[in-house]
Amino acid sequence: MSFLTIIEAFRDFDFEGHFNAVTDQDVRAALAKDRLTQKDFLALLSEQAAPHLETMASKARKLTLQHFGRTMGLYAPIYISDYCSNHCTYCGFNSTNRFNRRKLTLAEVETEARLLADTGIRHIILLTGEAPAKTPLTYLEASVTVMRKYFSSVSLEIFPMDEAEYGVLNKAGADSLTVYQETYDREVYKQVHLSGKKRDYDWRLLAPERGARAGFRSINIGALFGLGKICQEAFFSGIHARFLEHHYPNVEIGLSIPRMRKAEGAIDPRNILDDPGFVQFITAFRLFLPKVGISISTREAPEFRDKLVHLGITRLSAGCKTDVGGYAKETDTDTAQFQISDERSVDQVVAMIRQNGYQPVFKDWDRI
Amino acid sequence: MEAKDKLILGKREFSSRLLTGTGKFASNEVIAPMLEASGSEIITVALRRIDQGAGDDNILGHIPNQTTLLPNTSGARTAEEAVRIARIARQAGCGDFIKIEVITDMRYLMPDNQETLKATQILADEGFIVLPYIMPDLTLAYRLQDAGAAAVMPLGSPIGSNQGIRTRPIIELIIDGVEIPVIVDAGIGKPSQAAEAMEMGADAVLVNTAIATSEDPITAGAAFSMAVKAGRMAYKTEMGQESVEAQASSPLTGFLRG
Repeated sequence: MSFLTIIEAFRDFDFEGHFNAVTDQDVRAALAKDRLTQKDFLALLSEQAAPHLETMASKARKLTLQHFGRTMGLYAPIYISDYCSNHCTYCGFNSTNRFNRRKLTLAEVETEARLLADTGIRHIILLTGEAPAKTPLTYLEASVTVMRKYFSSVSLEIFPMDEAEYGVLNKAGADSLTVYQETYDREVYKQVHLSGKKRDYDWRLLAPERGARAGFRSINIGALFGLGKICQEAFFSGIHARFLEHHYPNVEIGLSIPRMRKAEGAIDPRNILDDPGFVQFITAFRLFLPKVGISISTREAPEFRDKLVHLGITRLSAGCKTDVGGYAKETDTDTAQFQISDERSVDQVVAMIRQNGYQPVFKDWDRI
Repeated sequence: MEAKDKLILGKREFSSRLLTGTGKFASNEVIAPMLEASGSEIITVALRRIDQGAGDDNILGHIPNQTTLLPNTSGARTAEEAVRIARIARQAGCGDFIKIEVITDMRYLMPDNQETLKATQILADEGFIVLPYIMPDLTLAYRLQDAGAAAVMPLGSPIGSNQGIRTRPIIELIIDGVEIPVIVDAGIGKPSQAAEAMEMGADAVLVNTAIATSEDPITAGAAFSMAVKAGRMAYKTEMGQESVEAQASSPLTGFLRG
């Protein structure tokens, strides 16, 4: 059974009706439990849970301390190519956006890796657009091999592949995989993915399962908030994570809840997830999924990220560049995938984490 | 009792029966004072987390020289990986001690007993002082003893759960059964639970999460130290043995004595 079966089972589910019917008692019952059901999770995502936010936050903080300790993982992305054959209306790299696209040579990949490693970062995410003709498997494999010289953990955030291709990159040294479904709503998915291979919803939805079978030890999923209806996106992200936990118990599952940021040549968000809603979702995720890692990127503002440290998150990115070759550039360009909100250096983020009473962790895994 | 009552692992003697860990602390700076306050002489560290290039942030730099390092194979999913990690730890100068952790369930971090036994057989033959972390299982404990394990480390309850000694009935059988030391690892969330393990006759306990995530790890370390000592003293003096026999009177059989 794949997660597709679960998604299909919710095809006619009346989310609006269900959310409207949630009572205060349902929320209280969910908050009293140690192991939450799907129904409890829905209650915590509903508007009725909003008045209980402080209780949710306090439970989330306690669970996070218990399972992850007073530590915060650090990571950063390296964009190696912005060639892309998809037209995703929300993304700055979309194929109709005209700008000088770049693909790093292996020597340039090495330069980026060295500069980023100098900041202390040991865990990275390698990113590309979807353009297999420009960035074929052999190129990705060679890039991973270069990255492994500098970093103890290399995560991939690239286009969905088949199991054998994932296997090649896993063998080359990539240990983790990130695939965001963007939106779990099939209709919205169709509307925002106008052309390209990414139009295939099912192929993308099942990529985490192919990755788990290919041997990745850690898999990160999530929706891009700003596309589909927010409560439904949060619900599907959560039950997707739980499905993966149950079916691939040897894999660490992670969640992100990226919110759409402005990007050159991209649409504005449709369904806004505001800050209180964001905190409600993070804490609901923690209560529903006590062992899942939650990462927050530099899409979020510095002062907001600082507060989130206490609310259930386990990883923060720091000192990030979201354009190709960004670490070697003197000045920022306007062709990044999205605008960064937290522009602090790694050292500044480390100082903030320490001030909050947490230990910044650069390395908690190595391929030994 | 105090002077001779040593914990023996391999051929090494230890006075303290409290083992500690390096994970989950708000700062590595707390580790040395925590060790001092707790009296712990053995501390476990995940080899995968050691970053030799991290300078002052290298965890090994925060562990005093007199403390015995117990590298662990955290992150290993097979016996083969655990063996590889152990060999690398020894080459890196971390000594001969190795705590075997083979975990294939990332949600509850349950040990894989079969792979753990395989790794123990190989590493004990190579001269390591092997401390395997296991799901309590008496048969397995015997096999680990036969394989040359220096101790067994059954879990009290899931790692980090603070639920205490939920596996008590099986751990009691292991304590009663094997000759090698039994170190209760995982799940001990309060000093009273550490004392309980020691009263049961465990040879030592390993406590990490409860100390590392407390508001004051140094005081928490001291509290666990006292609890472990108290539990050990209680065990050695055989105090408070519960009796299943009614002693004051015999309402059912008293008539026999006329």
